[in-house]
Formats: sequence, C-alpha cells, structure tokens
Amino acid sequence: MNAPDLLSRTLRAPDAARALSMGEWDLLLRQAHHAGLTSRLYHILRQAGCDEAIPAPARWHFEAADTLAARQQVAVRWEIAQVKKALGTAGIPLLLLKGAAYVAAGLPAAQGRLFNDLDILVPREALDAAESALMLAGWHATGLSAYDQRYYRRWMHEIPPLQHVQRATVIDVHHAILPDTARSRPDPARLRAQAVAVPGLPGVRVLCATDRILHSAAHLFHDGELPHGLRDLSDLDLLLRDAAREADFWPRLVARAGELELGRSLFHALRYVRHFLATPVPASVDVALARFAPARPVQALLDAVFTRALAPMHPSCEDRLTPAARLAAYVRAHWLRMPPRLLLPHLLHKAFLGEDAREAKAA
Amino acid sequence: MKLLQLPPAELRRQLAGPGVWLRTGPFSVRVRSHVPHVAEGLTQLYGQFEVRSPHEAFADFHVSVDRPRGLRRWLRPQVNFAVDGVPPFKPLPLDQAFPMLEWGLNWCVSTRAHQYLIIHAGVVEKNGRAAILPAPPGSGKSTLTAALMLSGWRLLSDELTLIDRRTGLVQPLPRPVSLKNQSIDIIRAFSPDAFVNRESRDTVKGTVAHLRPLRDSVRRQHEPARPGWVIFPRWQAGAAARLTPRSKAQTFMFLAENAFNYSHLGADGFRVGSALIDQTACYDFEYGILDEAVAQFERLAAEGSA
Repeated sequence: MNAPDLLSRTLRAPDAARALSMGEWDLLLRQAHHAGLTSRLYHILRQAGCDEAIPAPARWHFEAADTLAARQQVAVRWEIAQVKKALGTAGIPLLLLKGAAYVAAGLPAAQGRLFNDLDILVPREALDAAESALMLAGWHATGLSAYDQRYYRRWMHEIPPLQHVQRATVIDVHHAILPDTARSRPDPARLRAQAVAVPGLPGVRVLCATDRILHSAAHLFHDGELPHGLRDLSDLDLLLRDAAREADFWPRLVARAGELELGRSLFHALRYVRHFLATPVPASVDVALARFAPARPVQALLDAVFTRALAPMHPSCEDRLTPAARLAAYVRAHWLRMPPRLLLPHLLHKAFLGEDAREAKAA
Repeated sequence: MKLLQLPPAELRRQLAGPGVWLRTGPFSVRVRSHVPHVAEGLTQLYGQFEVRSPHEAFADFHVSVDRPRGLRRWLRPQVNFAVDGVPPFKPLPLDQAFPMLEWGLNWCVSTRAHQYLIIHAGVVEKNGRAAILPAPPGSGKSTLTAALMLSGWRLLSDELTLIDRRTGLVQPLPRPVSLKNQSIDIIRAFSPDAFVNRESRDTVKGTVAHLRPLRDSVRRQHEPARPGWVIFPRWQAGAAARLTPRSKAQTFMFLAENAFNYSHLGADGFRVGSALIDQTACYDFEYGILDEAVAQFERLAAEGSA
C-alpha cells in the first residue's frame, strides 16, 4: 500500500481520529466516500464519542452523508411496506435479506448504511407468483441483454433485478443465497425454517442472527466484484459484535456454518473482518474452524488477493498488484459459483461483450 | 491570496502538478488539469477568487479535467471530468473543457452538499434581500441574472440557490455565469463591464460562454442574504415588463420539484421550503427588454427597503 488505509484504521479504532492531521481528514473522507462508508464512519465516530474531533471544514461532509442515509432508511421502510403489500396479494410471506433486514430488525448494522436495492428470499416454487405480484405493483425486469436474462433465470439464485417504474427502486428476488451451480449449496428451506419475525412489523421476517452473518459472509466471497467490499465487511463486523452479546452465539455460529456448508466462507470472513476491523473472535472459534483453513501457500495467496481487493476502492489504497488482486477475486468468485464447463464460456462472453453487460450487474 | 496574483506559469505548474486550491462560496476545490483552455478560463474568470498554497491540506472536492488516454486523443480529442479519479459523465469534445469544469463543479455541489436545500435557480441580492429566479431552461434566467449583476445587484449564484437548512438564509456561491446562444451577445451589448470568455460551440446546450462575476460579488461570497422574492422570469419578444403575483402553494410545488435534493431531505426539506415561501413574495415576471426588466427589479428593491 502506498498510503495508509485510514478508513479501516479509523473504523477499527475511532479514538485515533483525535490525532488525525487536516491532510489525513482529507484522505479519510475521500476513502470513505469511495467506499460508500461516510455515514457509517460518522456513526462509529459518534458512538465512540469522537465526533467532536471532526474539524470544522470536514464536518458538513459527514452531516450531509448522514442526511442521505437517514432519508434512505425512511425510504427502505416504506418500500418494505409496499413489497409486503404486493406479495401479500399472492399470499407469499415476506422474508428480507441484507440491508433491508438490518433496517427492519433495527440492528446496529443498519446505522449509516447506504442502499442500492432491496433483497428478498422467496421459495423457488413461489418465484413466478412473486414476480407477477411485484410486476402488478409496478416492478419490472430491467433492460438486461438476452444473454443475461437467460443466465440469471437458468443458473442464478435470483431472478433479474426488478425496478419500479415510478420510484426506480430495485428489488432482487432470491430463491437461494448462492447460485444453483455453486460448490456449496446452503439449503434455502433450512434458512427459511429458522427465520424470525420482526417485532412491530407483522408479516415481515428476517434470517436469524447466525444465518444473517453466514449469508453476508457467503455473499462477500462469492460475489464477483467487490466495489463495496469494505462496506460489506463493516456490516459483518457490526452483525458479529451485536450477535456475540448472546452467550452461546459462537458455538451456534460454527455449528450452523457446518449445517449450511458455509464453513469455508465463515473462515475467510472472520479472517478478513479481523484483518481490517479487528472484530473480536474467541480463540475457540479458530480451533473449530481450523479444518476449513486452506494449505499455507494457498492462504498466503488468498491473503495477498483479499487484503487488496477488500481495501477501500480509492487510488490511495492501491498498489501495483491491486488490479491483479481484483481480477483474481473476480475469477475466484466465479470459480466457486459454477463448474468449469459453464465458467469458461461465461467469462469469455463477459470479456468480449464487455462493459454494457458488466454495468447491468450481470455477474 | 487571489488567483490573479499567481503568475500564469505558476498557475499552469500547479494545475499540472498538485492542483490549484481555490475557494468558491463555502466550498474549497482542488483542480487539476493539463488542458490549456482550463488554465485560460481560470485566469480570465476566477481572478478574484481566493487561492492558497497548492499544499493546503484539505479540500472539499478534488476534481480534474484531462484528456483520456488512448488512440482517440489524436482523432477527435476529448476531455474527461473526474471527481477524485471517478468520472461521473461521458467525455466531451476537448473544446468544451472549461464548461465541463463548471458543470462538473455544479454536479459536485448538487449531489453532496445536503446541508443546503439546493434549488435550481439563479439568485441575486440587493439591500440585504435575495431575489430567487427559478425557471426552466430557455426562460432567460441566466441572462436576467447576468444583467442584474451588471446593474449593481450582488450575484449569489446563477444556477444553484443554496438555502442553509439551519438559518434559512441564502448562501452565496458566486461563480462564472453560464450564457447560452443569443444571451452571449445580448450580455456583451448590455454592459461594457461584461467580460465573457471564449465560446464553446456545439455543446448539449448549444454555444456556451461564461461571464466573469464582478469583484464585489466574489469579495462578499461569505455574506449570506435573506430571501426576499421568488420570481419566475419569462422572456417574450416585444413584451412589456410585467410582474404578476403568483400562488405560494404553486411556487412551493415548483421549487420542490426543481430542487436537486428536496426528496433527500425528507421532512426537513418541507420545513425549509415552506419557511422560504412564507417569507418571500412570489411573482411571475414577463419581459422583452433587459433594461426594462432591470428597472422593474430596482423598483421592487426600493419598495422593499422603504
């Protein structure tokens, strides 16, 4: 790294903000903005009582980001109600994933989080009914290429994103948390069976605490592109710290990871969430997860890849190897998502049809 | 120190190296560029603006205007605007480098500065009261804003009216006034004080040039103003200058729809917007001749202070 990753440093030790120079505040804000973490950072500084250390010229950036994040939370709550109504007409229960779930359940991981879309999980057999119900309520499939449509519908764990015709909000409808073609296949029925109701929001459910964390971990290492890698790690950090207040949380998490075939994802997630954000993890967990550790040279390679690919997407946090590391993370994610006979044609298609397909967040 | 005090060679050196640090209204900007038209535009139009050492530690926006790499640079040269390395727009022809910097800076402010309610409107001040001039493009808003500045009104902004959410006051953001097509010659003819820079042709807005803000407007860029009027100008060939009172409810709706960030502010947007409407007089204003329009505004300002 040619400049310090001030963002991770401040997220893991907010007290250090008191010692930042004006030039470091400048760099910190730029890294935070690129990582989509300005409002999250503001929350963490406030929680640690360090927000008075923010110098006057930098302050408005945090307040403006906070305004935006607060408004998004209101909007997400409203969208949740709309989606619930739409699915209700088809008799499909609403199960929220990721950010929307954190907001609904009032988790610390909702604080200062920005949203691109709203993720829901429905049983595969209810997929068509859910899509029709959402279409009637104004959400339509976005303009993806025929290739991407086919790719989604045939191989993916979600249907193409649906966008609302008036409000432009986007819903990702999942029937599983990893693609059908992935090497590990957490059974969605098991996830749904342990989902929990949200107090105060009748008819809305979210994954239970261990499953939320495992989903977030799986997502991080199976998603090809990592524009929000550090943001996702920060979500994971807050989820873990919150859930760990329950006495038997860690053994339950490890056991559940085994049941859902997500031991390896959990192993990697804990490794990098500690690397970047110093999340406290008991030593007994390391022992229990040791069997998921890759061989030492492989681990060294993965470290070289992920310490770069998950760093804030800002030029100051990049070195000569960063582009190669991002590419490696992209290829590795695909490797985990599909067998070689599908992977090779897919990557060739993406490489030669380039940008447009990529922009549409195809794969 | 003012930008005009920088020797041209030093300005070019800073632009090509660490960037020129300059202040516009409440914002500090670090601008980098290797494009000669950018250096020229800054020299001609930003002379009165505060600059600091290129090593000044903090800036709100880090922007660059440069030619993309690649073969195209020899065929049809283009230019990219980027905020801290990320280009929010597609590249434009090289000739439009300076307007692109102006549009890019407007984009930075309107997508980030949510401590203000940001209305798409020109705004000028006299006797402590601000006249906000919202209007669709082509209505003559910029021309009228420019003419008022050249007639003794203080320019607060020609595009972005910033309403401070805490105080309800208009925060000045004086920058070069963007003039389009016929307005360019109209303003040149209107005032001998007007300095308008070189024209960029065939932009999305037609031919575009920028009018230098007057020294007094720049010097007082930290002095907020109380909103006095919301006036919707409409230029109509041959029309006599005429002010017609306008419904406050309709004015509010228009401002909400034409604010860049009304929906981002939630309930606070409504509070700030309605407080603004409560304390202003709202008018439609039709005019055919700039001198008559300015005279009408003078009467309004005199009434207010009487």
